[in-house]
Amino acid sequence: MANEVCLRTLDLERPWLLEQYQSRGGYEMLKKILTEKMAPEAIVEEVKKSGLRGRGGAGFPTGLKWSFISRNAPGQKYVVCNSDEGEPGTFKDRDILRYNPHQLIEGMIIAGYAIGATRGYNYIRGEFWEPYERFEQALEDARSAGYLGENLLGSGFDFELHAHLGAGAYICGEETALLESIEGKKGQPRYKPPFPAHFGLYGRPTIINNTESLASIPMIMEKGGEWFADIGVKNSGGSKLFSISGNINNPGVFEIPMGTPFSELLAMAGGMKEGHKIKAVIPGGSSAPIIPGEQMMELNMDYDSIAGAGSMLGSGAVIVLDESNCMVKILERMSYFYHEESCGQCTPCREGTGWLYRVVHRIETGQGRQEDLDLLDDVASKISGKTICALGDAAAMPVQGMLRHYRDEFQYHIDHKRCMIGVG
Amino acid sequence: MTTTTVKDKTEHFTPEVRAEIDRWIAKYPAEWKQSAVMGALMIVQDENGGWLTNQLMDQVAAYLDMPSIAVYEVATFYSMYELKPVGKHKICVCTNVSCMTNKSDVIVEHLEKKLGIGFGQVTEDGRFSLKEVECLGACGGAPMMQIGKQYYENLTPEIVDAILEGLE
Amino acid sequence: MTDSTVTIEVDGRELQAKAGAMLIEVTDAAGIRIPRFCYHKKLSISANCRMCLVEVEKVPKPLPACATPVNEGMKVYTHSPRALAAQKGTMEFLLINHPLDCPICDQGGECELQDVAIGYGQDVSRYNEGKRVVADKNIGPLIATDMTRCIHCTRCVRFGDEIAGIREMGSTGRGEHTVIGTYIEKSIDSELSGNIIDLCPVGALTSKPFRFNARAWELTQVEAVAPHDSLGSNVNLHLRNNKVMRVHPRDNESINESWISDRDRFSYEGLYSSDRLTVPMIKKSGEWKEVSWEMALEMAAASFSEIKEPDQLGALLSPTATLEELYLAQKLMRGLGCDNIDSRLRQGDFRTDANQTHANWLGMKISEVDTLNAALVVGGNLRKEQPILAHRLRKAALAGASVHTISPLQLELNYKSQQSLCTPAEMVERLAAVAKAAGVKASGSVANIVNSAAIDEFAKNTAEALKRSDSSVVMLGALAQSHPDYSLLYALASGLADVSGARLSIVPSAANTVGAQLAGAVPHLQAGGKTADRNGLDALSMLKLPRKGYLLLGVEPGMDFWNGALSQSALQSADTVVALSAYRSPELEACTDILLPIALYTETSGTYVNAEGNWQQCRGAVKPQGEVRPAWKVLRVLGNLMNQQGFEYTDPQQINDELRTLCDGASLYNNITEPTSLEPTLSADGLQRAGDTPLYATDPLVRRAKALQLTKDAGNAAIRLHPQEAIRQGLESAQNALIKQNGYQANLPLALDESIPEGCVWISTGLRDTSMLGQPFGEVTVEKA
Repeated sequence: MANEVCLRTLDLERPWLLEQYQSRGGYEMLKKILTEKMAPEAIVEEVKKSGLRGRGGAGFPTGLKWSFISRNAPGQKYVVCNSDEGEPGTFKDRDILRYNPHQLIEGMIIAGYAIGATRGYNYIRGEFWEPYERFEQALEDARSAGYLGENLLGSGFDFELHAHLGAGAYICGEETALLESIEGKKGQPRYKPPFPAHFGLYGRPTIINNTESLASIPMIMEKGGEWFADIGVKNSGGSKLFSISGNINNPGVFEIPMGTPFSELLAMAGGMKEGHKIKAVIPGGSSAPIIPGEQMMELNMDYDSIAGAGSMLGSGAVIVLDESNCMVKILERMSYFYHEESCGQCTPCREGTGWLYRVVHRIETGQGRQEDLDLLDDVASKISGKTICALGDAAAMPVQGMLRHYRDEFQYHIDHKRCMIGVG
Repeated sequence: MTTTTVKDKTEHFTPEVRAEIDRWIAKYPAEWKQSAVMGALMIVQDENGGWLTNQLMDQVAAYLDMPSIAVYEVATFYSMYELKPVGKHKICVCTNVSCMTNKSDVIVEHLEKKLGIGFGQVTEDGRFSLKEVECLGACGGAPMMQIGKQYYENLTPEIVDAILEGLE
Repeated sequence: MTDSTVTIEVDGRELQAKAGAMLIEVTDAAGIRIPRFCYHKKLSISANCRMCLVEVEKVPKPLPACATPVNEGMKVYTHSPRALAAQKGTMEFLLINHPLDCPICDQGGECELQDVAIGYGQDVSRYNEGKRVVADKNIGPLIATDMTRCIHCTRCVRFGDEIAGIREMGSTGRGEHTVIGTYIEKSIDSELSGNIIDLCPVGALTSKPFRFNARAWELTQVEAVAPHDSLGSNVNLHLRNNKVMRVHPRDNESINESWISDRDRFSYEGLYSSDRLTVPMIKKSGEWKEVSWEMALEMAAASFSEIKEPDQLGALLSPTATLEELYLAQKLMRGLGCDNIDSRLRQGDFRTDANQTHANWLGMKISEVDTLNAALVVGGNLRKEQPILAHRLRKAALAGASVHTISPLQLELNYKSQQSLCTPAEMVERLAAVAKAAGVKASGSVANIVNSAAIDEFAKNTAEALKRSDSSVVMLGALAQSHPDYSLLYALASGLADVSGARLSIVPSAANTVGAQLAGAVPHLQAGGKTADRNGLDALSMLKLPRKGYLLLGVEPGMDFWNGALSQSALQSADTVVALSAYRSPELEACTDILLPIALYTETSGTYVNAEGNWQQCRGAVKPQGEVRPAWKVLRVLGNLMNQQGFEYTDPQQINDELRTLCDGASLYNNITEPTSLEPTLSADGLQRAGDTPLYATDPLVRRAKALQLTKDAGNAAIRLHPQEAIRQGLESAQNALIKQNGYQANLPLALDESIPEGCVWISTGLRDTSMLGQPFGEVTVEKA
């Protein structure tokens, strides 16, 4: 049961072309919705039924998010797609944009119809030039075919869709920062409430969903919410794209049912490289607390299973680390990332991420002090839950996760001013 | 003449650049020309050999009816805008976790040795500059780098050599 | 949200609050102190400093009080262990990169960071890394920067965006490397810029003129009223050793809210100008010598007494003088039988005086400007005339008011507007077109002008906006009031206001423009603001028909007059000129015979009647320098020496009470009946001059404020003209040009400026280097120097 939703056309020769997509029934669902004038509420209900949860990392139920929009409120509303894929370890949305852009476009049009929005933007990270060009071509083709523009297929429904290109900022993956960025500003998250459903892009009601979430919509509508929900497990409906990378033989993107055992996913990805032993797994992008290898081998790839182990499924970015890795070095690199990517708006994150990095850095370089581990824990806890957006939590969690499972490695660095792995 | 107040906003760019910026402007509501600032900055940066001058930022501001400071804010916030000259080929190497654990340090060392420059530097002939970047979302092909708009994945020193040789 | 009331509980105390209000507003009103840096009641909420985190029952994370709306039944703990832990955590983060250089920081002693750190900080820092250092940029003569101290609250950035309406400060870079500033080396040019000094919670932005001059705890505070524009912004003077060290705003929601203009903030420097006149002086055989007060006053009284025809006297009084001074000056003159009294020194057309039966004013409450739906501003560059009033009109515009302007200068407005740019002569036609479009049925003097006016799109839109709105105004600004055909503009505006239901606003220019009219310091109104029995000469006629003796109060020949050259020649030809002045200047020394040193606004008690007719009194805050005396005392003694009745005052309050009684029943009113005969005097021929009085050239005090004179708004003496006009005049490559006007001439630098209409040259008045020229409007020629 793999590749049934977002990657279902991957076996085609050039699946990104309009006719190839249509050869698999692409845009049929949109046609049906428009010609039958399906009730928008019914679409929202179907999405709710599917159990689809935000695939960008937060896991918020998509149908519920859509239901927050007051459909009949006057004025412009927007559908925004978050293709600012930047969570270290995540590379699945890039594949949707490259290989199945039309399914995303169809999903966005259906979303627009469902909430009464006539305009959409897809925010693609600036480095994704190739995916951006492919998406732009797909837009043009869809427009020519009458799927975008005014009075779609004679239904009286208008929908226009454009791609916005980022310019290098992890924080724009945060939905309100992304909206600010489309508005031509620095990508600094907004304080919530108000939420985008009430005050979103250009101050208008907006739904904003991840690429994978929106690209899942046409199949959910075609085969039904129940069908989708049944692919997965309780509380984790559907299949999911997992980006798996690290010290493995066959890294890549795998679309598999939620709840698939991690061991199976690892096997699909060719197992550990060079016969090394698995040491640890970051199961949901670099913000997700690390899980020791042997514990991970017992877990399933769904929200509840991973959460039960003190981490999170996040965007489904799985980084597999073998025993040759020094955890101090890994954390140093991750902390450097959050320090680099903090937007600088609110105090704990602006000041705290640099502090965390500098302390980890000095431990890594043999300058650590005995009090440093408590200091790290304390600084992380002072960031966590105190910031405008989740980046502060994202910076704090890896620190807390590492110290929970690998405190001895850090202690060894401090005591011996070198790494116990021998490679660090 | 002591002071000159010039208000013609269109005289700065070539018709081609203007047309490209206008294409971005057209994507957004009429009263939100500012939304085109990221696109416009990228266009004028490319046109200027890969980096932005204060003057270019001021011109973008004038063209989009924005205060200059609002353009500076954007240009200094996003990492893909360069505020100092870069090489003709800007080589961006990812060193984040998946690439790091797949030996991106070997790639970095190789590039540094081969080009004789470190991160943030430009070769004397102006052909190359090196930049350390955060995760580019291609971890399945770690280690990887981006040159210009192109991604290069599953790198080894040999592959890097071949890529560089293939560049103009 | 509805406007219903909810009940919340804060630290066990039950509070009533408006539903949807932010928690911090509610606690502030109840006197419950929650620490904060980024929150400011007048700015948008950014919730970035995280200092105001509090615990809210049933919420897992601490919430920022500034951004948390109150709900019924909400239970809040501002000092619980969880709230305190969050606040202390933020404090630690704020301090790790702060230089802690309090001993050399001007903010020390009045620093919000310092204050809060005492409550929430720790004695020892756990941060042992290198601290962030930020290179400073010079942002102009008013504000000193030490951005290493900045805590990124963004109040200054938001102020520029939201209040000043000009984004100059920004937040560049990201993360730890975020820098608040201008990014490039650039001066902050907003006329309200100094407010960011007050807003900055740390010592990152401090006053440049005040730098290293005093410590906050050495200063005492005295309330005062700012003496420049007609708002009468409320200020606090900060004093040390009988000296004004700086000026801060004092909150007054109905006038200046929490702000003051840079002019009101920094003009105090002029109090200590090296050319302050501190002893009485007389001119003998062309030589100035210091004399005693007795001698100076006796000479002044004697020389006036020598002029036997009272009509040969004239009094030219500054509208920035106190109400009491203006009242006594006119009382003295009228007592001597002289009706030649005026304080409208920058006006050049007085033909509607006979129709003006009441004192002019703003035409509404200052705070009502915020709620206007439509405005037509004729000849008013409000930002550079009345900065706080302009801020209020901007508030109205941002709330949707439709603002229209007729102006001989393209205005840099910080909101959407419809501007009709024209030459000075065309202003009359453009206003007539609006009047016609609104349906004005003129029968008298302006009938021809209205009937022949061509209604264009602007006129139509403007008339419609004024008629449609339930709260609209037609404003005549300083440029209109100094227009050679002001009477026409006035008559047209009055008619337009009548038919469109708009209010008529004659924007008062100076601190006591309204007060001067109530005090009788104009020829057509007597004390009490009622029509005068006998009409004397107006300010211009007094100079055109030179008098034998003049009394000057707080004015400088050349700079404070409509026609600078005429003012100097008329005064020089007089037998006697007695000037009550705070300064000595070349112009005063050349034109006067007796100089009597008088106190400035910080040194004397007095009253200012502001634009909305609000009498604001203040006490002298510092003792006058040297032998300087308050002008009211000087005028009292002069009255006594000249045997006038009713000059036995011992306290200015007695003068105030006397005038108040006279003003009983007086009302402020602008609308006039259409005058019978008015013809345009300004021809549209040739090259036309237009000119303003720059923001920092309006009165002797501000002209001596050093830092303000270094700003862009100081205004330079130059010939500004459109590049096309420069080509037409053959001056496109010239550096300087010779300007000739009615026999006067000056060699001035040229400046190209696209905001000046073609056919015009812009030359400001109020400046020493243009004071040898004539009136601000009229035909001129320009040629290569």
